[in-house]
Order: sequence, then C-alpha cells, then structure tokens
Amino acid sequence: MASVAPLSPRPAGSFSIENEQAPSVPLGGYVGFQTITDQIQKRMLQRGFEFNIMVVGQSGLGKSTFINTLFNASLLSSTGRTLPTTPIPQTTSISTTTHTLTEGPVRLHLSITDTPGFADTINNDRCWDPIVKYIKDQHSAFLRKELTAQRESRIRDTRIHCCLYFVKPRGGRGLSELDVMVLKKLADVVNVVPVIAKSDSLTLEERAEVKELIRSDFQKYGINLYPYSAPFMTDDDSAINHQIHSLIPFCVIGASSSFPHPSHPQKLIRGRRTRWGVIDVEDERHCEFVYLRNFLMVTHLYDLIDTTREVHYEGFRAKQLLALKESSAGGNAGQGQQQQPGRPSSRQALGGY
Amino acid sequence: MSATVPHPSLFPSTSGGQTADPLQSLGEPIGATITATATRMSSERGSDGTEESGVMVQREHVEEDEAYMSLQSPHEVRELQTQASAPTSPVESSTPIPSSTVVDLTPAEAPKPPVKEIIRKTITGYVGFANLPNQWHRKATAKGFAFNLMVCGESGLGKTTLVNTLFAKSLEDQGVLPSKVDKGIGPEVPKTVEITNITANIEESGVRCRLTVVDTPGFGDYINNDLAWRPILDNVEKRFNDYLDAENAPTRTQLRNLETDKRIHALLYFIQPTGHSLKPIDIEVMKRLCDRVNLIPVIAKADTLTDDEVNTFKARVRADIEHHGIKTYKPEENDYDDEDTIMENREFMAKMPFAVVGSLTQIELPGGRRVRGRKYPWGVIEVDNEDHCDFVKLREMLVRTHMEELKDRTAQTLYESYRTEKLMAMGISQDASVFKEISPQAKLEEERQLHEAKLAKMENEMKLVFAQKVAEKEQKLRQSEEELYARHREMKEQLEKQKQEIEQKKIRIEAGTPTMEVKTGKRGKFSLGR
Repeated sequence: MASVAPLSPRPAGSFSIENEQAPSVPLGGYVGFQTITDQIQKRMLQRGFEFNIMVVGQSGLGKSTFINTLFNASLLSSTGRTLPTTPIPQTTSISTTTHTLTEGPVRLHLSITDTPGFADTINNDRCWDPIVKYIKDQHSAFLRKELTAQRESRIRDTRIHCCLYFVKPRGGRGLSELDVMVLKKLADVVNVVPVIAKSDSLTLEERAEVKELIRSDFQKYGINLYPYSAPFMTDDDSAINHQIHSLIPFCVIGASSSFPHPSHPQKLIRGRRTRWGVIDVEDERHCEFVYLRNFLMVTHLYDLIDTTREVHYEGFRAKQLLALKESSAGGNAGQGQQQQPGRPSSRQALGGY
Repeated sequence: MSATVPHPSLFPSTSGGQTADPLQSLGEPIGATITATATRMSSERGSDGTEESGVMVQREHVEEDEAYMSLQSPHEVRELQTQASAPTSPVESSTPIPSSTVVDLTPAEAPKPPVKEIIRKTITGYVGFANLPNQWHRKATAKGFAFNLMVCGESGLGKTTLVNTLFAKSLEDQGVLPSKVDKGIGPEVPKTVEITNITANIEESGVRCRLTVVDTPGFGDYINNDLAWRPILDNVEKRFNDYLDAENAPTRTQLRNLETDKRIHALLYFIQPTGHSLKPIDIEVMKRLCDRVNLIPVIAKADTLTDDEVNTFKARVRADIEHHGIKTYKPEENDYDDEDTIMENREFMAKMPFAVVGSLTQIELPGGRRVRGRKYPWGVIEVDNEDHCDFVKLREMLVRTHMEELKDRTAQTLYESYRTEKLMAMGISQDASVFKEISPQAKLEEERQLHEAKLAKMENEMKLVFAQKVAEKEQKLRQSEEELYARHREMKEQLEKQKQEIEQKKIRIEAGTPTMEVKTGKRGKFSLGR
C-alpha cells in the first residue's frame, strides 16, 4: 500500500475519503500518484499562506507584546498611551496590519487585527459590537466575491481565522461579566482561544485555581471554544483536543526583548528581568507560551484556517442565503430560486482554498 | 534699673554644688536640651565661668551684641566691666556679656530700638513641663486610637491581601470580609458597588488601635461602571454627616468614644499595573474622591512590572494625575521639621504612587532566611524588601509616621471644608461680627456715638413734631380769626341795619307820621297807644 507522508500531524476534523462507498483496490505496480502530495506542497509554497489573527482585550494586558513574542518579530507597537493629553478612545476601533513572514521555504502572509479602545471606557456596554461586525463583514465580503459572476482566481482571504481573547489575571476569581458576554458573542462567529495575560502576577497555585474557575465558567455559561469536537474524529484527534482543552486558558507572559541567560551567557533568551528572578518566556515551568505556540503554529495552524472556512463561513453563508431567499420570496416569488446558485462541493480541501 | 530677675532662692541653684534633688536627674537631660537651644551668649557664659541660676531673661535682637548691650543701663555696664574676670554675683548680672568683647558705652549714646523682640526663657533649673508629651502619650494609649482605612479598586487586585499584610493580621479571621463572594453573572444580578466594613482591635506594645477597613466590592467589575463612584462618595459623606450630627448634639460625650469617629482617614486607590497609564475609570473616581478623603494611589500587583516599567508607569501616572488636577495626599512640610523628617517626606513623594505587593505567606529562601513573599518558579519576591517593592515605604507612611497626620488632615481640612459647604448650602451665612476685636475704648466710643446719634435723631423728631403742632395751631387760629372777622362783619352789618332802621324810625317819629305799621306795633315797638 502506498503510504502517505503527512504534511503535518493530523489535525482534528478533517474528512477522510475512505468514508465514501468505494472498495479499495490493490495496485499491481508503480503508478506514481503518490507524489501528488509533493506537487501540492510545491504549489502551496509558491502561493504562500494567509493567516489572519485577531487580538481582543483591555489595554495594558500585553496583547501587542504577546504578538511580537509569538512571531518573534516586532510587529505591533506596545507602548500605549504615553502623554496625558492623548485622548482615550471612546469606542472600539479596528486596525489591521499585514506582514509577510518567511520561515524556511514557507511564506506566511500574516494579518494582525488589533482592537484598541476595547473595554477602555467606564461604560463598556456593547463595546464588542464593532468586533463582531468586523468579523461578519469579512465573511460577507468573501461571500460577495464568491457569488459574483466573474470571480477572481484566488480570492484574498481576510476572514479572521483565530481570535485570541485576553483575560485579566484576577487572583481567585473566574471570568468577569464583560468576559462572559464577549466570549459568548465571539464564540459564535470565530475560533476563540482565551489566554490569561500577564500571568507572572500569579503563582503556580493561583494559576491552577484561576484556570479551574474559568473552565467552570465556560461550562456554566455555555461558551464553545476552539477546538471543536466534530462528529468524525479519530481517537488521536480527540486525545489532542482533550489535551488542548485541559490547557485552556493558556497562561502566557509576553516578552519582546532578548538578553543572555544568567547562567548560560552564550544563550539568548526572551524574557523579563526583575530583581528577584529572571523569567524565561520559553520555559514551560514559567509559563505556557510554548504550548500555545505549538498549538497555534505547529499543530493547528492549518486547522484554524480550515475550521473558519468550513464551520464559521459556511454557517454564515447558509444564514445569509436563507435570509435572502426568504426576503425575496416574500417580495416576488419567482426570482427566489435564482439567488441560490447550484454549487458543487465547495470542499476544496486540498486543491486551493 | 536692671531687668527683673527673680530671687535666686526661689529656684534650686545649679551653680556650685549639686542639690540632692531626686528630680534633678530627670531634669538634667531636659534642661540640657533646652539650653542647647539657647543663644551663643549663654554658651560663652558657661566658658566665662559665670553661672546664673534661675530664669534669665534674654532680649534677642536681630542685630549684634553691641546693640543689645546698649540697652543696659550705664550702671550695670560699669559693674560688669569691673567684674569681667571675677565671677559675678548672680543677682546683679542679669545680662551676660561675652568675655571677649569689652564694651565701653557712654550714657550719651542713644539706645537703638530693637527690630524684633523675642523673649525666650532659657531654663537651667528643672521645671518639668517637658514631660507633657509623655503625659499625653500615656493618656492617649489608655484610650486607644481609631483608624479608618478605605480600599478601592477592581476585584482581583489584591486589596484584601495588602491590608492584611499591612497590619500583619488576617482580617478575614475577625469577621466576614466578603471579598470573594461570587454573585454570578446575569441580568438579574444587581450591579451595584457595595460598601462593607470590618473592624478589628489590634495591639502593639500596649498601644491599641481600633482599625476599620472599608471595602468596596463590585467597583469596576461590571460592563457598565458609570456612577461606580457614587456609592463610595455617598458613604464618605455620610460618615461626615454622622460626625457633624454628633458634634451638634446637645450632649457631646459621644465624641470622646473611639467609635464615634467613623470618618475615613485614608483611601488607598488600587491602580491596575498595565504599564501604560491611568484608565478613564481611575481618573473619574479619583477626581471625585480627592476632595473628601486623603487619596493615596497605589499600584497593585507590582510583581508584574520590571524596574524600567515601574518607573515609566509611575511617571505616566503622575503626569496623568497632574494633568487632571487630582489632589493626592501630600505629607505636610513644616518649618520646624528636622532634617530627617524632611528627607523622609521627600522620599515618600518621590515614590508615590507606591508599587506594592502583598502576601501573608512565609517563604523559606535557599539561604535559610524566612521572609514574607510570593514564590514563583523563577524566584521569590520579598514583600519587606525595599528593593523589590514599595510596601515598606507605604507601611512607614501609613502606619508608622503619618497616621496621625492623616487623621489630622481629615478632621481639620477635609471635614471642615465639608461642614462649611454643607452649612452654607443650608443658608447659614458667615457672621463676621463674631470675629471683631472688642476693646473697651472702641466700645465706649461706639456707644457714645450711637447715643449721640440717637439724641440727634430724637431732637430732630421733636423739632418736627413741634413745628407740626405750631403749624396746626396757627392754622386753627387763623381759621378762628377769620370766623371772628366774619362774625364781626356780620354783626356789624346787622347793627348797621338796625341802626338805620332805628334812624328811620327816629326820623319818622320826629316827623310825627302817624302811619305806623300795625305790624310793627305788634312787634313790640313802643307805641303811644293810639
């Protein structure tokens, strides 16, 4: 049997062709289609990947620093409001910056969407509205581009693939009222990964306590977080999922400056230097940054993009088209059907996306 | 002639020989400290070999000794001069002279008037009122102190832990400090800021303190935090109101109890260690509260900030505070403070807002030392170490040095301004006459003037009345005069008429006209009977 060298460890939620009704036939000799994976890989490397990540949280929680740490590059400015005369933003605004990162042969077009002004005023009612609207707008733009008669060959994907929600490290307490509200709204439209910011203010016992409280809050308020459990999942995938869910929310510390390690001066580490100790961001005993990085970058990067397309975008699309159909059915009955173009399987899982 | 000097026998003499005075040993250091503040002259007096007993009156001048000397009478000067080297008799020499200067003053020299005259009594004998602070101390410790501290800040910033650390006691054991009560989240949960009280009596070396900590759970925790400051401000003002009522009550024995003073003496406001700057809610609340309480901003959970971050953050917070005109608590600078206190106060001001960490747990360091701190995988932060955080400074200021000043400022400045505002709003205006100086002379003058004014007024009045009456009378008389004239004329006319008639009659009678009217006869005229 031809064995397929995997591109990456099998992510959860992928469809397998063996589920279809077709007998498997052994091959008599060499055919050569096993190199299709290399061809695909080459094409994908040529095209580059697009990844859109959004960070949501109050100002001063270390979002920009964390992004800089995650991608090991200075991507966002992390100084905040410097002068007392600078006005404090009264509403949440959305600002997107795009960078192209290259690691090895892979080119990544990274878009980071920041939300300055989120929850920064005294009355934060509906401060999440601009965020949800932005996410839906991206879906809507993509849908419109898909539905036009003459489509571009490759539609630029601006849909948010992952949303990192930063939770304030409150000792001995779970989610705040604002957190619950925003998480509920966001979990419906985007893959949300909650993160406990600035966790160097919590000792290890406090972290465990806070995580327990937050996890019980997730269950209590019915917040459905990525990775989602899908009906067709292998045991490996479920195990990985379970493991991830036991780590959520991740306790992270952000540090963008590097300095030599105190005991091994030749090694440069990224961390924070205080008078009572040196924090190494990449040390698992200090914080869970490496786990989060592995999760986001190494194992689940492609799955995030996939899930956005398959779950969130499809859900949005279905709702939109049904709504359109109903509205036009109410207006004029005949033209309703035209709005729903016959669509072959849009699961272009492997060939272009 | 000379300045008055009490007879030396009234005071125990310290010159030449020690009196067996049991209090002397106690008085010595006190006396020493007092004489330490004496002027240069008295020290030179000591070197002179002369010793005065009793109280010396020194007239100090801004000028030098020469001018000072000029006040002495010539007799005295000569006497002193003759006895310059020999020990002077205590009675005579009331004013010492430096042995170095030999003054030759002639009586003709006009004495220069002193520019500034301060009479300071230098005590060389023992009086004992320097024991006054001890007496106050004893009485106050018997009574105990009360201190009311309010903590304000979002939940999870370590307020309770810090208060426990400050007073080295877990106040949760004393009562219910509902810091971590989970009320749940939902539309039916009331979204208000509560005010909770917890009181504990703590004692250290015989000094008892009745400590009240007021917590504000729910502050800043909701989505909508508008008017989060209102319950806090209302509570502070209510405490002022209660005290005002107690002060205005007919019987004020309550005021001597510790429990009556519930006014908040200090408010610790906890700032989130974002590293950027103040949040809008911080600015809003601090602006509202700074006029009613001693506001001490504190950066919570300072173990998340490195050195540089702490300094930048503090600078930005201070800039924000200044920009918005928030009046935080500043230790007062007095003129007669000693160097140490001034240095201390400057250090406090430089470190504000204090970046603190709180912890009650004892950690054992690798070296074997046990410290209060927080243990992380990368190290242990010590709460009591000044290099690690500003907790020690905060405790110094709040508990050890400035507690009384905080209470004083609350009572004098904050409470008084509240009281003034409230009473003026009620319509009670300032009665300036209460402050007028009353000297008998001025009072007499005033009274005299008033009296004269009164008399003048009366005089005027009487004149008016008189004139009025005169006019009236005049008018009346004129009227009656006219009437009289009228009557007179009338009567005159009548008489004339009668006269004419009679004349006619006379003529007729003389003419002998017989014709007489019968009528007239009947009228009673005399008829001859024809």
